[in-house]
Amino acid sequence: MNPKIERRTFLVGGVATASLGLSGALSGADAQAEKVLRIAMTASDIPLTAGGPDNGFEGFRFTGYTIYDALINWDLRPSDKPAALAPGLATSWTADPADRKRWTLKLRQGVKFHDGSTFDADAVIWNIVKLFDDKAPHYDQRASAQIKSRVGSLASWKKIDDSTVELTTRSEDAFFPYQLTFLLISSPAQFEKLGRDWQAFAAQPSGTGPFKLERLQQRERAELVANREYWDAARRPKVDRIILRPIPEASARTAALLAGQVDWIEAVAPDQAAQIAASGARVETNDYPHGWNYMLSYQPDSPFKDIRVRKAINLAIDREGLKQVLNGFMKPAVGMVQPNDPWFGKPGFKITHDPAQARKLLAEAGYGPTNPLTFRVIVSTSGSGQMQPLLMNEFIQQNLADVGVKLELEVMEWGTLLARWRAGAISPQNKGLPALNVSAGLFDPFSAFVRYFDSVYAAPNGFNWGGWSNPDYDALIGKARTTFDIAEQNRLLGEIHSRAVDDALFVWIAHDVNPRGLSKRVKPFVPANSWYVDLTAIELS
Amino acid sequence: MLLFIVKRVLAVMPVVLGVSVICFLLVHIAPGDPLSAVLPLDASQQMASEMSALYGFDQPLVVQYGRWLLRALQGDLGVSIATGRPVLAEVGAAVVNSMILASAATLIGFTLGCVFGFIGGYHRGTVFDRLSSIASVLGVSVPNYWLGMVLVIVFSALLGWLPPTGAGPDGGATWRPDFEHLKYLLMPALTMAAIPMGIVARTVRALVGDILSQDFVMALRAKGMRETAVLAHVIKNAAPTALAVMGIQFGYLLGGSILIETVFAWPGSGLLLNTSIFQRDLPLLQGSILVLALFFVFLNLIVDVVQTLIDPRIRRF
Repeated sequence: MNPKIERRTFLVGGVATASLGLSGALSGADAQAEKVLRIAMTASDIPLTAGGPDNGFEGFRFTGYTIYDALINWDLRPSDKPAALAPGLATSWTADPADRKRWTLKLRQGVKFHDGSTFDADAVIWNIVKLFDDKAPHYDQRASAQIKSRVGSLASWKKIDDSTVELTTRSEDAFFPYQLTFLLISSPAQFEKLGRDWQAFAAQPSGTGPFKLERLQQRERAELVANREYWDAARRPKVDRIILRPIPEASARTAALLAGQVDWIEAVAPDQAAQIAASGARVETNDYPHGWNYMLSYQPDSPFKDIRVRKAINLAIDREGLKQVLNGFMKPAVGMVQPNDPWFGKPGFKITHDPAQARKLLAEAGYGPTNPLTFRVIVSTSGSGQMQPLLMNEFIQQNLADVGVKLELEVMEWGTLLARWRAGAISPQNKGLPALNVSAGLFDPFSAFVRYFDSVYAAPNGFNWGGWSNPDYDALIGKARTTFDIAEQNRLLGEIHSRAVDDALFVWIAHDVNPRGLSKRVKPFVPANSWYVDLTAIELS
Repeated sequence: MLLFIVKRVLAVMPVVLGVSVICFLLVHIAPGDPLSAVLPLDASQQMASEMSALYGFDQPLVVQYGRWLLRALQGDLGVSIATGRPVLAEVGAAVVNSMILASAATLIGFTLGCVFGFIGGYHRGTVFDRLSSIASVLGVSVPNYWLGMVLVIVFSALLGWLPPTGAGPDGGATWRPDFEHLKYLLMPALTMAAIPMGIVARTVRALVGDILSQDFVMALRAKGMRETAVLAHVIKNAAPTALAVMGIQFGYLLGGSILIETVFAWPGSGLLLNTSIFQRDLPLLQGSILVLALFFVFLNLIVDVVQTLIDPRIRRF
């Protein structure tokens, strides 16, 4: 029998501290004093702020086109068609008719950097040198790694006068203006003022963009304030301040939105959309130049060398069913680009769900119940823009099983998949691998077609992973690349796309719709059909 | 005593070297591309090769390790590939945040664990014992990731009482123990406290039960000592082991909170590790693991020394 002891009350810390919640968590007082837009990004850190953003296009979205302008910007006003190029710090760009490799750019006058210094031709040349000349005193290695390969056509540069620069490409390249959207212009004067230190510059950057960076706390937050003197009066910000927070975990982003901690979250997970809608917040989507497909190998041992197999697999997939699985957060792909794209063309092969036709084509190719087609695809567990890779691939696996095809999924980490993508189907590590599943941006002719269908870019020289090589394609791409009339260029790109669809060069599956969660504070807006969004147009109620 | 400490410190040295080798190699054994941190997703193979050479990833592992160790011995863990900031500064700031969280979790976990364990051990076989056992089993069994999510759903999303993410209203730049910052700390600390609470409770319960059955307790009671005084003896006898268990748990909390810090976006060492893993930021990853591993090694050393001070019988020569 235990002797009695005095009764004591053990105060549990949690009980005492639970009362802390009674006053509410985030008053949002700071958000009411001025118009503050609080954004949760998927990035795990604040993207680089010195003019060469990392973290993919999310970096350009939030610390690129906010703080900086490019020589050529994107027109992000229309939402019913893919974003087109628009004058940025260059008011015009023309290829010399006598030598199409030479481009003359007229520069915008009267533009000031955030630090008050003047934008001119010297600043443009200085910014190109910082990326391309590793011997230059102001060479920025990290920015170069991010940008240099995106401006791959640039061979040389020259100042003509204070308001004109001449850029020369390696060969005739009518797609070159698209590359210049990646060339963000930072202030040489600010770099000098901060002791020629890019790390210091990243903390106090100076561009010409519609927002200025006021505070940077790495891994935690970046605070941008409106640039009230922005050169484009029509695009002066309607909010006073933007707070960027890296919250890579989807559930944590959703929780932050539901709790009123942020007003805007990137990449809503499909299974959390209902919860967001029920809370009074909303999910906005739009067409988005982002394809989620299977790239195919054209190596000798690949079953996809047979066009009937390629078409059969395209016809075996129930994209509408997949859309339901994703709560509607995708668009069924009917090609590399969408039908409202000027480059869609008029493909004859209609990508629908037709299992009977798929079986017929497979039988013609020599596959059937006694000799089923089995193929392997490498997929990632997650990753930038990869949507819901495991869920989606398992659904596709069932679709293919319905037509007698056995799909084997080899799951790996995103970084590993990227390395396998770069290496190409021809590499020893990918020997015997017929396909890989990777999503990618499709925002310009190069990213949508050239890098996949031009034999020059066969891996390891580029992203023609499967090694597709066809002289007709090469000729057509070459013709489009040297056609400087945009309407004619678009027609030729449509022809390339039509041929690619008719040849079923990919297994086209889904287009992402870029779901964003927005609180009631954010006034309704329709995002551009682009990887980017015009944050200057966002209004808060 | 001094000799004992010197011996223990010397014994730690090979462990430290082993830890450095493992830290370095683990990162290289893991799948993935170390260039992910510096290259855009669609960078070409040629660009990847250039960068690989620039960062020395094309050198043999032995050479890479030698260079890394040489710099580390001079206190230079390199710079983050992704951000260009010194690894030591990155890790230092994160460790401070993790220590804040781990300290709060330790306080909560140790307090609750001792209370439940003591009640269970003292009232063996009663309903109190069963209740405390249930609490400790739940603490150990419930996945803390899930628990964190549930707390966020209930207290942030539904009730709106507590902020779901971050370390403070200003982003945790200058953390201080005021009301505003404690609100941010509460949920992650409670989540993190669950497992140590369960482990400490089970340990203390077994200890108290064992000590109460020993002859010296019967002798103390036979001498007519007040029960509270007897309990003081029990606590003193149980303290070294409980302290050792909690010390180890504290070490785990510092380095093993990736899930919790990710769920709550708490800017500590766990989130830093998570970030560096996904960014494939090798110097940051190696530096973070090394610092945390060494921290754990030295924490064990301190616990050993403190234990010896409390209970001289365990001193070994």
